[in-house]
Amino acid sequence: MPTAKELESSMKPTWCPGCGNFGMFRALKEAIEELAIPAEELAMVWGIGCHGNGADFYNVQGFHGLHGRALPVATGLALTRPDLKVIVEMGDGDGYGIGGNHFIHSVRRNIDMTAIFHNNQIYGLTTGQASPTSDQFMRTPSTPGGVVEEPVNPVGVAVAQGATFVARAFAGDIPHLKEIYKRAIMHEGFSVVDVYQPCVTWNKMNTFSWFRDRVYKIEELPDYDPTDRTKAFDLSMSTFHELTCAPDECKIPIGVFFEEPESFTYQDGLPQLDRPMWKHAEKPRDISATIAAFGG
Amino acid sequence: MPTQKTIAATGNTVVAEAMRQCAPDMMAAYPITPQTTIVEEFAGFVAKGRVHTEYITVESEHSAMSACVGASAAGARVMTATSSQGLALMWEELHIASGMRLPIVMANANRALSAPINIHCDHSDIMGARDTGWITLFAETAQEAYDNTIMAIRIAEHPDVLLPTMSCLDGFITTHSIDRVCIMDDETVTGFVGQYTPKNALLDIENPVTHGAFAGLGGPFFEFKKSQREAIERSRAVIKDVGAEFSELSGRPFGMVETWGMEDADVAIVVIGSTAGNVRHVARQMRESGIKAGVVKIRCFRPFPYAELAAALSGVKAVAVMDRAESFGAEGGPLFLEVRSALYDATERIPVIDYIYGLGGSDVRLELIETVLNDLSEIAAGAQAPTGLVYLGSR
Repeated sequence: MPTAKELESSMKPTWCPGCGNFGMFRALKEAIEELAIPAEELAMVWGIGCHGNGADFYNVQGFHGLHGRALPVATGLALTRPDLKVIVEMGDGDGYGIGGNHFIHSVRRNIDMTAIFHNNQIYGLTTGQASPTSDQFMRTPSTPGGVVEEPVNPVGVAVAQGATFVARAFAGDIPHLKEIYKRAIMHEGFSVVDVYQPCVTWNKMNTFSWFRDRVYKIEELPDYDPTDRTKAFDLSMSTFHELTCAPDECKIPIGVFFEEPESFTYQDGLPQLDRPMWKHAEKPRDISATIAAFGG
Repeated sequence: MPTQKTIAATGNTVVAEAMRQCAPDMMAAYPITPQTTIVEEFAGFVAKGRVHTEYITVESEHSAMSACVGASAAGARVMTATSSQGLALMWEELHIASGMRLPIVMANANRALSAPINIHCDHSDIMGARDTGWITLFAETAQEAYDNTIMAIRIAEHPDVLLPTMSCLDGFITTHSIDRVCIMDDETVTGFVGQYTPKNALLDIENPVTHGAFAGLGGPFFEFKKSQREAIERSRAVIKDVGAEFSELSGRPFGMVETWGMEDADVAIVVIGSTAGNVRHVARQMRESGIKAGVVKIRCFRPFPYAELAAALSGVKAVAVMDRAESFGAEGGPLFLEVRSALYDATERIPVIDYIYGLGGSDVRLELIETVLNDLSEIAAGAQAPTGLVYLGSR
């Protein structure tokens, strides 16, 4: 069972100094260590973006594929090896933009895996263009006149589409993020973790201090029930349109919005996924009695 | 000749400038390295009111080309830019654009395709799209990228052609290096490209049409493809005419095939894109040591200039083809296959050797090009040509 230290490869992370990815890197390594997941039972998949450079920095078995296609690759992996804990990392452009359809359908399928979205509200790797979660009217090199569209509301979309675990976290609160990761990984079903991960180089608006002035923890809300889907949706909409407002006017909830502990997963729907495919090949089912019954 | 100003700029900057001067009605794009700054600079022109273009940032390259197809079918002049995986993701829409005869002009920053991941230059993106029915121009320099982008509009929108056209420049090498470029004034370019008058536009409410409807089960699908073939064959004359007209304005020569030292060459290298400069440099040096080397640069890959290439290579004793893309399982890379085909009708059989080089941006040093010319010189003198292709400079 790898320790957080052993989950680091020999390559030093090349993210910009102060990047929110460092907090996410540390929180996930520590979560995996504390959950005592054996190295051979863990696989990670990355999309393309700054987060994707993590493929070089985590010492795990993994796959680094194409922009937007992390979830389909992970789906194939998870269904071939249902015995693995599959963790998928994506960016906001990656997971909510170019791969947005995969996001909706993975939620729908409720495949048992954990989807982590590095949401910095900007395209970092291509140096600062507007992403699907950039605030409306935000000026970037690709939108010098301001973003026209409303941002994607990932928590709201996931909750509305029937996701069985939906959380939002902040890379600047590593202990809180780690606990969310642990719950998400242990949840049986598709877990969505949207992480606000400030890009210190290209997003000068949604900075660490900007978030620190606005985030509050959902678990501190009196009477919040994370099994109430309607309330979760209401909460996801509470600040969605007003992210540019002053700190005393709007607050951003972080924590677990929704959780359905006993859900019907995609794996549950396919009884042949009771064990990995290679184990089926190892012990083929004897069907001679059935054939004999038909006179064969 | 109209006045031109000389500026120091990257390939991407001057492609964006050419696009601004062509004044498209619509552009839809998605960021991808090393294309991104073309669209960023263009977005700046839109924001400052220097060009009146409907500019849309979409969620993927598939959506970008789809939006371009929709706008072009509606009658707009449409331009966009992409690279590598972006071009690959557009693949099915590339066929829609050519099949529906939509004269979209796109810049492509040539970059390797995954896997494994690589962001540097090679030609596997465009060579993978070579059969999509797009006219394909290649630039050696930022200047050629600027010129090709402007000429592409005239070629694509010509009534005898009406085919989408791609203007390719080498990723990073041409897109990001600062080069000396002559820029024409806006009036000259506006006058040169003219106004686009679409045929059968969707927005002609008096004569409503449907684009792309089912043409199978005995429908005219086969004839559609034949008409695309006829159009791209007609484009050969249009490309030459547009090139000649542009040369007169710019003072810069244009040919589908451009040659150096071929008048008396014994051996020749056929090359596409930015490497042509280094190849010419080495060829010039080798001439001092007595090897009569020539260079043939392909500036238009689709339609492929078979006759021009065969004429340029007639009389040489050995030819090397520099392929910056693979065609796994074929006898050589995509350019090699074309060159051999172009030489099939030659009366003398000329040995042609394929050199695969620079995949994923791997370095093409001058010494490597020297080894190619040394090989050719020995083959021209009677040495055995290598069987199969050569991976130039691989570890």
